[in-house]
Amino acid sequence: MRDLSLHLLDLAQNSITAGASLVTVRLTLEDSGMLTMQLEDNGKGMSPELLQRVTSPFATTRTTRKVGLGIPMMKENAEKAGGTFTLESEEGKGTVLTASMDTKNIDCLPMGDLSGTLLSLMLTNPLYPDFLIEGKSPQGEGTFDTREVRAALGSDIPFNEPSVAAWLKEALDEEMKSIFGGVLI
Amino acid sequence: MKSLADLEAIRARTLENINMRKDENAARVVIGMATCGIAAGARPVMLAFMEEIQKRNLQHVTVSQTGCIGMCRYEPMLDVILPGQEKVTYIHVKPEMVPRIVSEHIVNGHPVEEYTIGAAKD
Repeated sequence: MRDLSLHLLDLAQNSITAGASLVTVRLTLEDSGMLTMQLEDNGKGMSPELLQRVTSPFATTRTTRKVGLGIPMMKENAEKAGGTFTLESEEGKGTVLTASMDTKNIDCLPMGDLSGTLLSLMLTNPLYPDFLIEGKSPQGEGTFDTREVRAALGSDIPFNEPSVAAWLKEALDEEMKSIFGGVLI
Repeated sequence: MKSLADLEAIRARTLENINMRKDENAARVVIGMATCGIAAGARPVMLAFMEEIQKRNLQHVTVSQTGCIGMCRYEPMLDVILPGQEKVTYIHVKPEMVPRIVSEHIVNGHPVEEYTIGAAKD
């Protein structure tokens, strides 16, 4: 993975596959430069047994092949950048994935195209689930909630309608730039 | 500033187009977006498709994603499926290739042979 936003795009897919109706992305950048990326979902969760082996590249729920690299690569990229990786999960309740990294560490991946990633998530999951983005940095904080967007737009219009997609792109760009512009993206 | 109030107008404009897109005659673009696809650059390709469709105001095209189909070395990969025709698989797709795929294949019905899996040399 070339940047952190690509990890986000990849890992959020696990929440969607787990049947979550709401995926929450929390991005917090501290004054110290520590960045915490958290993904919380209300999907089906993992059994203690799966939770234990899921950071292994040889664990996957897929049946066609025996490797699953998304989670182990995130763990490695967090830990080599002076951060930590934790996964909490309960069957029937959901999963919380937390990765932190020191953005001042030379091995820390860049953030990459954050708003493009969030947009991709919304466009490829145009009707379901909802996404809540909570961002915080030394220069500000804000949220982006697709439940609010659906309430205004009507839940029958998918996000991948071109005019909706164009609105989402600009709205996400504005929001992410106001929170992280100049400090992370 | 973008505001939620804009969405009201978008809703009114969009409602009629939606039914066209649900139509069985819609062309489908299916992009591989598993770990391998994403790492190889599927995200900008997907966004390029959305942009091109909007630019040309194409009503009969849907863009969706799929997982890994086991040919990770060819990622980013995507299928273009025109109604009543066999699917065409494009490999090593870059955002710069998207306008040509849209205009030659989706709009005019001629697959861009040199980008397809049939033209792969390895």
